Amino acid sequence: MIDVQHLYAGYDHDILHDLSFSVLKGEMFGVLGPNGSGKTTLLKAINGTLPGVRGDIAIQGRPITRMTAKETAREMAVLPQHHDVSFSTTVEQTVLIGRYPYQKGLFKQWTNEDYRIAEEVMEQTGVTQFRHQSLLSLSGGERQRVFLAQALAQKPGILLLDEPTNHLDFSYQKQMLDALKQWSLKNGLTVVAIFHDLNLASLYCDRLLLLDQGKVKALEEPEIVLNEQHLSAVYRSDIHVHAHPSFSKPFTNVVPSFNEDKPKSILSPDELDVSKERVYYKSRQPLKCYSSAVLHPGFGWFEEFINVQVDHSFRCDDPAGYLMTEAERWGCQIHRTVGMMTAADVEDVSIEFMENEDFTLLVVVTAGTGNAVDVVHGSSHIQETVPGTINTWVFIDGHLSEQAYAQSLMTATEAKVRALMDMGINDPVTGTAATGTSTDSVLIAGTQQGTTLEYGGTISKLGRAVGPAVYKATKEAAARYLNRKEDGF
Amino acid sequence: MQKPFIQTFLANKTTHYTGSVLFLVFSIFLGTSLGSVPISFEAIARIIGGQLLPFSHMSEGTDPTLQAIILQIRLPRVVLAGLVGGALAVSGAAFQGLLKNPLADPYTLGVSSGASVGAVAVLFLGISLPFAGSFTLPVVSITAAICTIFIVVGFARLVDRSMSMTTIILTGIIFSSFLGSFISLMISLTGEELRQIINWLLGSVGNRGWDYVHLILPFFVGGVLLLMFTGQELNAMTFGEERARQLGVHVELQKYVVLSAASILTGAAVAVSGTIGFVGLVIPHICRKLFGSDHRHLIPLCVLNGSAFLILADLLARTIVTPSELPIGVVTALIGAPMFAAILIRRRKGGRSS
Repeated sequence: MIDVQHLYAGYDHDILHDLSFSVLKGEMFGVLGPNGSGKTTLLKAINGTLPGVRGDIAIQGRPITRMTAKETAREMAVLPQHHDVSFSTTVEQTVLIGRYPYQKGLFKQWTNEDYRIAEEVMEQTGVTQFRHQSLLSLSGGERQRVFLAQALAQKPGILLLDEPTNHLDFSYQKQMLDALKQWSLKNGLTVVAIFHDLNLASLYCDRLLLLDQGKVKALEEPEIVLNEQHLSAVYRSDIHVHAHPSFSKPFTNVVPSFNEDKPKSILSPDELDVSKERVYYKSRQPLKCYSSAVLHPGFGWFEEFINVQVDHSFRCDDPAGYLMTEAERWGCQIHRTVGMMTAADVEDVSIEFMENEDFTLLVVVTAGTGNAVDVVHGSSHIQETVPGTINTWVFIDGHLSEQAYAQSLMTATEAKVRALMDMGINDPVTGTAATGTSTDSVLIAGTQQGTTLEYGGTISKLGRAVGPAVYKATKEAAARYLNRKEDGF
Repeated sequence: MQKPFIQTFLANKTTHYTGSVLFLVFSIFLGTSLGSVPISFEAIARIIGGQLLPFSHMSEGTDPTLQAIILQIRLPRVVLAGLVGGALAVSGAAFQGLLKNPLADPYTLGVSSGASVGAVAVLFLGISLPFAGSFTLPVVSITAAICTIFIVVGFARLVDRSMSMTTIILTGIIFSSFLGSFISLMISLTGEELRQIINWLLGSVGNRGWDYVHLILPFFVGGVLLLMFTGQELNAMTFGEERARQLGVHVELQKYVVLSAASILTGAAVAVSGTIGFVGLVIPHICRKLFGSDHRHLIPLCVLNGSAFLILADLLARTIVTPSELPIGVVTALIGAPMFAAILIRRRKGGRSS
């Protein structure tokens, strides 16, 4: 559709250097790059409105230099970043002007076809209700849609957009990009758009062109273009790329780097508050958590942690709701709280705290082994939620990778299994060695600052600390539980 | 849905044109009718009709004195006023559209100063070009006007390659002052011709006769036609040159077409009548308000209404302090400035929606 070969373009001096790429028909093609990287210049060059362009640009095989201005305008339309509105032109007139490239004759009257198409595109962009209003009376977002209608009235095969969502609020951004994507899928409209928002580009574009100082840095699918090395190099700032929570597209964010006075040591066993009814820990700042808790499981940032004791016979349809009320009763801020519950006496909690030169580790375990289960024979048990038992909290003052979270989870679990085995705890149903209880919960929480901890496996720096600490705490907590049982409580 | 819309659209346009034509015809009749000897509309109709259709015998039986007053004195004056008013209004509209600035008028860009320098130089030096004869003053004046606009544009290009609106206007102001000083210089050096120059500068369409109508007519027709052909391009250019280029408008060409057509009109108007202010600023504004800013219609409507406005202004100028006469420029400014002020105030009060 669009073929660009060895393009050099600019104003007083070249901004684009030796650019070559092609855009396919029906493709949604995103152009990314920092300010001054030549995005707008590229759009102008393709559009043929920039003088002094060297290299070849062809639209459907025809060099644009051999096309008249009107021919070019019938092939492609532009939605610019800024609009000049100096007179009170009505919306309808504005949209009709998009039919200019099709005008013939000296006095240039609109034909019925022109009116029909104007009507159609006003409908598509949702500006029909403003048709008799002046452009000056519209908001920025409404104007943007009017100019989109104007561009679409040109009936172009190619639409060039310079930051199409610049003046739009969130919902119109989405609406507009959805509509563009839909047109490109349905009618084969080729869309070339400049984006500042990497995430929008990632979600909507088929391919991305990343420009850096007028040169192609990367030209590929979003998954490949949006990687941390490329982005951080081009934008000269820290940018993190994650998996998008709900789509198979990369998701980026910048990393703020202002200085804020933060407490030196974030984790301290002194902050732990144990009473007969619950164990409560409040961190000095939010921690990135990954857990199988009842209240707020999964990934999230939390700073309050509560482990509430419930009765053996506790049955509840809505355990999370119950924990919310409990947490509130104990003065927690619900949205910042991770909550677990246990049937074990929380006073028997066992705490391990260790500091080394790289990071600090705090492990808190409450244990009850009443409904111990051998993982191999889970099917022998009646499916029933019995109030749970071994709750393990692992707090780490360090910067954990996502991999480290998964590995720490494994390490903590392995340590727990080993502790139960060494305590000789058996599955009461099968009589074999228990590997845990049916309702165990685990939490891995990181401060995400300080030392970077890439790995959490058993022999990694982190794993070497987590493993023994969890093992010791679990064993101690289980021993206290067993003692209390023997004492007849 | 579509048909009724087109119908109302056309109906609107028809009303606009009918109204404007009626306004013009009414002004012509009123302008011809009032004066030291009042003449009935019927007599005017019969005499003009007799002139336009010589075989209809419409003018038979009318007073030959009235015929002489109408055909030799009042009508040429009214027609000249109409042509000048139309030319100024339409070039004002074109300049405003081209420069995307509602405050532009043919004079702020220095065209009129150029035309004035040419005209005053002709009066001051008493020259007569061999090929132009009695056309010397307007020919020199128009040439000077066209030269001025191209010097202004060339200078603006030199300053700022993108030729932004602000640059062109600032350049126009610089040239206006610069050329104005030439006029002052010639005035201060002149002896005999002072009154002639001052009269010319104050603006008047009186005592010109059909010769001057013949003088301005070709420029008027040419200029207005050129502008009518560029209506759609002007519409596109109100969204900015860049956008116009994207829409397939040959911007460079159109810019020069509009600038030269508007300069020819302004130059011709200034040449035959002197500098008459405010018509070129206020009439396009009022027309935009009343009829919308579609230049395809705005241009002819500005011609009609500008003509009618100046005919009425001239009528006031010659009747308000009879038997003497006010300079027409004084009258247009006296009416135009408060009208413009009122529009500005209403615009502010009306907020964005007006």
